[in-house]
Amino acid sequence: MAVTRDDVAHIAGLARLAISDERMTELVGQLNAILAHMEVLRQVDTRHVEMTAQDGSQRLPMRPDAGPPIAMHRALDEIAPDMRDGFFLVPRLATHEDVSDAS
Amino acid sequence: MTGPTAVESVTASFARMEAVRAGADGLNCVLWSDRERAPLAGYPVAVKDNIATLDLPTTCGSRILEGYVSPYEATVVSRLRAAGSVVLCKTNCDEFAMGSSNENSAYGPVRNPIDPCRVPGGSSGGSAAAVAAGIVRIALGSETGGSVRQPAAFCGVVGVKPTYGRVSRFGLVAFASSLDQVGVLGRTVDDAALGMEVIAGRDPYDSTSADRPVPRYRDAASQPMRGLTIGRPAEYFPPSLDRRVAALCDRALDALRSQGAQVRDISLPHTDLAIPVYYIIAPAEASSNLARFDGVRYGLRVTGDDGLRAMYERTRSRGFGPEVTRRVLLGTYVLSAGYYDAYYKKAQEVRACITEDFRSAFASGIDVIFTPTTPSPAFELGAKSDPYEMYLNDIFTCTGNLAGVPGISVPIGRVDGLPIGGQLITRHFDEAGMFAAAYALERALGDEAHR
Repeated sequence: MAVTRDDVAHIAGLARLAISDERMTELVGQLNAILAHMEVLRQVDTRHVEMTAQDGSQRLPMRPDAGPPIAMHRALDEIAPDMRDGFFLVPRLATHEDVSDAS
Repeated sequence: MTGPTAVESVTASFARMEAVRAGADGLNCVLWSDRERAPLAGYPVAVKDNIATLDLPTTCGSRILEGYVSPYEATVVSRLRAAGSVVLCKTNCDEFAMGSSNENSAYGPVRNPIDPCRVPGGSSGGSAAAVAAGIVRIALGSETGGSVRQPAAFCGVVGVKPTYGRVSRFGLVAFASSLDQVGVLGRTVDDAALGMEVIAGRDPYDSTSADRPVPRYRDAASQPMRGLTIGRPAEYFPPSLDRRVAALCDRALDALRSQGAQVRDISLPHTDLAIPVYYIIAPAEASSNLARFDGVRYGLRVTGDDGLRAMYERTRSRGFGPEVTRRVLLGTYVLSAGYYDAYYKKAQEVRACITEDFRSAFASGIDVIFTPTTPSPAFELGAKSDPYEMYLNDIFTCTGNLAGVPGISVPIGRVDGLPIGGQLITRHFDEAGMFAAAYALERALGDEAHR
């Protein structure tokens, strides 16, 4: 299963990464080389594996959807790139993918 | 890239030491004389730069968090301070803990104090180097696939990866959440046991931390090995293993026998599948965890005049280095529609087989498993340029992360003057047994461990 430039462009979009043309060629080669090493897993018979079978030590416990308050030593606007009136400011949405894709 | 000048670096180091000294002087004298309440009094510690501290930046070795100072403190750091310690410094690491040589840091590589031409290992390379250089006796690192044990082996110090769930991860920047654990590096087994005693245990801020009592690990120092069975898994001693590494392992097993243990050959048959499994699961989880670095709430933002999506892409592409970019792409791919079953689901199934290997070995009467920590000693900077070749460094350690079992790397000798580590693995939450074997090995080898 080899990845193409189109595949990498697609996943780069999903991952919100901009990849230059030059970098793209190198990445396609590297990702294919890495994925080739994963092919060995196909030959492993895992039909007997029950994904729910656990030894109990790694069971995730249930808890109320609330926790103790976290001590914050610094206001969020000290670490946020841009903030006003308690809101994070972001660039306008007008060129968001849905709009640009529709045009 | 231009870094600080030598004068700036030295001035900054001295300023930091002065600040630490001021903090130490201000500590309660009663606290400093009470060894039970303050077992770390007199121990300055170094903390890996992916663990949140209040008065020092937490950059994860990445441009995307350059200058970021966390508004809250990691539980492990709070516990170190409550035990009388002071945080001396943050330590360099591979970007977001992704690497095995510390060459992936945006702020430059770390060098191995034993031989500055060589890497210290990674990703907790700065912590291992700080301990090996004698700057601190205890340092915190983090593990996802061997990032404490492998640099400990390369630098000739002790490194512990506890059981998954043993230590709180609140304030540890997430890489792969089903694998990540905070670990301890120490000059000696006793230093590592002391550090682990202080940081282990349930934390209400991390619901994946286990609600189990923490034994006094230093009590394991005097535990006899008589009656214990050590397993020697054939898959960790392949014919291709460097004969000198194999010879040091044989000597370590003899040392454990001399302490009363028996050694039995065992098999962990799915071991050679661990690297492919790990490099599907870890990048998959990383691609999700690193989605939070988007230039909105904290960290780097690179803006233009072309809207939100372009800001996301420009920020992340500028902020992430090549290895992080590669892993985010790989992880996004193996989780994407049409490939999820072939890669991610399959990897999870094979991971269950690896866990079962360990379970059945321990069920057959094995108390401790002994392996080399790495197949070779530290390599030279720039020696490994192929990503997959670099990944193979984790071949003997990532199985422990996939299975969630605890492991410790202890120095067992040198090859060409370079340290080699031996790894001891026990059942889930049997850190006490792991430390007992590590103390015994250290005791039996004596000075030979560093020759």
